[in-house]
Amino acid sequence: MKGYLQQRFVIAAALAPTVLIAVYFIWGFGAATAYLSFTDSGFLPSTKLIGLLHYQKLFSSARWWNTYGNMFIFGGIYLFGCLGIGITVAAMLDQRSHSAIVYRTIYLYPIAMSLIITGLAWQWVLSPTTGLQHFVRSFGFENFGLNILGSSEFAIYAVAGAAVWHSTGLVIVLFLAGMKGIDTDLWRAARIDRIPIWRTYTSIVLPQLRSVLMTAIVLLSFNVVRSFDIVVALTKGGPGRASELPALYAYDFYFVRGNIGRGSAAAVIMVVSIMVIVLPYLLYELRSRKQ
Amino acid sequence: MKTYLRQPLGWALAHGVLFLLALYSLVPLYVMVVASFKSLDEILHSSIIAWPMLWTTAGWEKAWSSACTGLVCTGIQPYFLETMLILFPAMVAAIVIGALNGYLMSFWRSRGADILLGALIIGSFIPLQLFLIPLAITMQKLGIFGSTFGLILIHTVYGVPLTTMLYRNFYVTLPPELVKAAIVDGAGVFKIFRSVIVPMSAPITIVAVILVFGGIYNDYLFALTFGEPGNKPIMAAVLNIIATQYGVAEHNVNMAAVMISALPTLLIFLIAGRFFVMGLAHGSVKG
Repeated sequence: MKGYLQQRFVIAAALAPTVLIAVYFIWGFGAATAYLSFTDSGFLPSTKLIGLLHYQKLFSSARWWNTYGNMFIFGGIYLFGCLGIGITVAAMLDQRSHSAIVYRTIYLYPIAMSLIITGLAWQWVLSPTTGLQHFVRSFGFENFGLNILGSSEFAIYAVAGAAVWHSTGLVIVLFLAGMKGIDTDLWRAARIDRIPIWRTYTSIVLPQLRSVLMTAIVLLSFNVVRSFDIVVALTKGGPGRASELPALYAYDFYFVRGNIGRGSAAAVIMVVSIMVIVLPYLLYELRSRKQ
Repeated sequence: MKTYLRQPLGWALAHGVLFLLALYSLVPLYVMVVASFKSLDEILHSSIIAWPMLWTTAGWEKAWSSACTGLVCTGIQPYFLETMLILFPAMVAAIVIGALNGYLMSFWRSRGADILLGALIIGSFIPLQLFLIPLAITMQKLGIFGSTFGLILIHTVYGVPLTTMLYRNFYVTLPPELVKAAIVDGAGVFKIFRSVIVPMSAPITIVAVILVFGGIYNDYLFALTFGEPGNKPIMAAVLNIIATQYGVAEHNVNMAAVMISALPTLLIFLIAGRFFVMGLAHGSVKG
């Protein structure tokens, strides 16, 4: 008995630093920021409560709605782009394994690059004075126009396109791994029944990969909500604030405009937005694992 | 006849799509590599995209050792060093803590440990923006705001959830008899970890090193917020180098700076691609 207690004590002591991380640095900090969103904190944090004022101001601010709406434009393109391209490519690579290694390397290397590098690289490619527009015009097509970064309406699409470039490889990896786990008898049966390959994928293979799809959607959605680096490097949220995303908004209010209260409110909304997707997913995973 | 017609068409279509996507994937890298090896003169007179007439490493040399950020002209070299000084201690700490956690959470399970794991898993889906202000206050109180040690601590703290999940997901696939047999032999909790579990952890440790290295090296948010002014880690520094322009933009130097910054993680991907892919699959499927 004494040995058992001693053992439990040793384990608890070994887990203590992680308890500190979870309780203080993650959940404690999260609660603190939630608290700050109800206070009149300016450049410095304050403990004076002012109720829902920051949320009222946030929800009546045109800048916030533009920013929050951008998140959905960006997220829509990002999810559909990554999933559409990623699943198609995974199926094609799954079919031919010999040329797959070269293609796989080409499609996957962008995930190794940081989002800052991604943003900078695409900024040069899309810049009207140095990139594609300049290049095409130098062949005599003087009217060729590609100034997507200078367009208030379309700059966010450029950000989304660069993000798709970066993350498609993640979807390819997840789905290739999933397809490897498909029973080979299924393939044999489909071949005997003369079902076309694409049909086998859409009606037999993909429905079996539902949980992979859910994982991919959750991960990509998380990337959408926290996106910061890629916008800073590609457009700085511009022109003006046209391509701003919530993370930039929060950062601006925290450290530039000296309104910690409002920045915290924005961060809380970001967290709520992602948890709406993550929590049902984790519950579902937990339940299916118990069964 | 019908299938004969359909097959080559399908083949051509598939390869056409794969080829076009490969172009999309390669264009940004091509532009940066090619432009970084041109002279500034050539870039100004042709474009950044055309194949170089003359290859030169002048851009790379300047980017490494004499390009300016603000008024300081030391190249990217010191920022690279600063990043490594932060990266290695934080990586080792996060991996050691994560491996121990993973071991205790899979072989010595208790209700408390399960709750802790759940708290870490949900916590790993919280955008880091939620932590910035309390983190800044804490760093200030500890007197390590804007210091190398501060960033080591921050990266360790927020690296532990990932490493814990990696090791835990790996250890639960090992047979529990391994540990049970060692207990019968009279070995203690840590003795078993050291002599039974650690020797079996090589594959997952390679994966963890790759993921944590990439995560810390590619970090921008913490580098920007908590980096020492004038000595920030590489992703913040490279943006400053590019923002610092006197007169004509030196695109060759800028692109070389970006290439140098991208090189470490790119090389790891090319050398250890198999583990990289494994890591993405492992690290992604949380819980």
